[in-house]
Amino acid sequence: MSVEQIIFYFLSAMTLLSAILVVSLKSFVRAVFLFFLALFSMAGLFVFALADFVAITQLVIYVGGVLVLMIFAFLLSNKELLNNPDKKKPQIGLVHYLPGMVVSLLFFGLLIFVFTQLNPAEFEWVKTSGENTLKPTDNTIHYLGINIMTRYLLPFEVVSVLLLMALIGAAHLARKERDV
Amino acid sequence: MIPLSHFMFVSAALFCIGLFAILAKRNAIMMLIGIEFMLNAAILNFVAFSKHDKLASGGQVFALFAIVLAAAAVAVALAIILNVYKYYRTIDPTRIDQLRD
Repeated sequence: MSVEQIIFYFLSAMTLLSAILVVSLKSFVRAVFLFFLALFSMAGLFVFALADFVAITQLVIYVGGVLVLMIFAFLLSNKELLNNPDKKKPQIGLVHYLPGMVVSLLFFGLLIFVFTQLNPAEFEWVKTSGENTLKPTDNTIHYLGINIMTRYLLPFEVVSVLLLMALIGAAHLARKERDV
Repeated sequence: MIPLSHFMFVSAALFCIGLFAILAKRNAIMMLIGIEFMLNAAILNFVAFSKHDKLASGGQVFALFAIVLAAAAVAVALAIILNVYKYYRTIDPTRIDQLRD
């Protein structure tokens, strides 16, 4: 096993373990900080898919933006928001989680079955990509910049307008109601 | 060189963890985190497949757009959750069951 593989499997194990802990922990603040860890190791996985710019974007937007937003939402809101709403109910153990667990495990089995049957390395466009395959020495930012400004210009503009709309809407929703 | 199918296995596992969070959690913010996990799983697949599409790099550009949209969704969703909490004093989605005032 090469160093690359060891680091990849370490990062994926870290992602999955912290994700599992996020959904199984009772404490809310701990779950959010483990969410941070999961997203961080996710950015590492992006690097192994030779997408360094996407990895940096993940760090800046998710780890820097989304998490700060979530923590601020906790800080600005009442302390009771942090408390687990299940706490007041009588404990029925894991039975409460059982249907969701069964459905997600079944779906996981289905996905794994499909992926083992699929064998993506045998796809026609993957096999024939040849020169079109990214090499670790390639500068992806170069290709990304040219593509965003030519081939994907319309989606880029649309997404920027949508982002502006979403941020104005969020600011409008979050402000305090004032008497007219 | 890591095979494509291993990326797909990781993203399948992450997707199912997100699905579990959405189905089982009684807390709107935890469900939001589950949605983020599912989005991240999809982005990992996009990025992994864009390795074989250097010139158009469609997967990576789409991953960037998806990250931006996820950030916008989180901003709006958190604002809505805070408003819902102010009104109902709970963020358990199963107990928010009236449309009237």
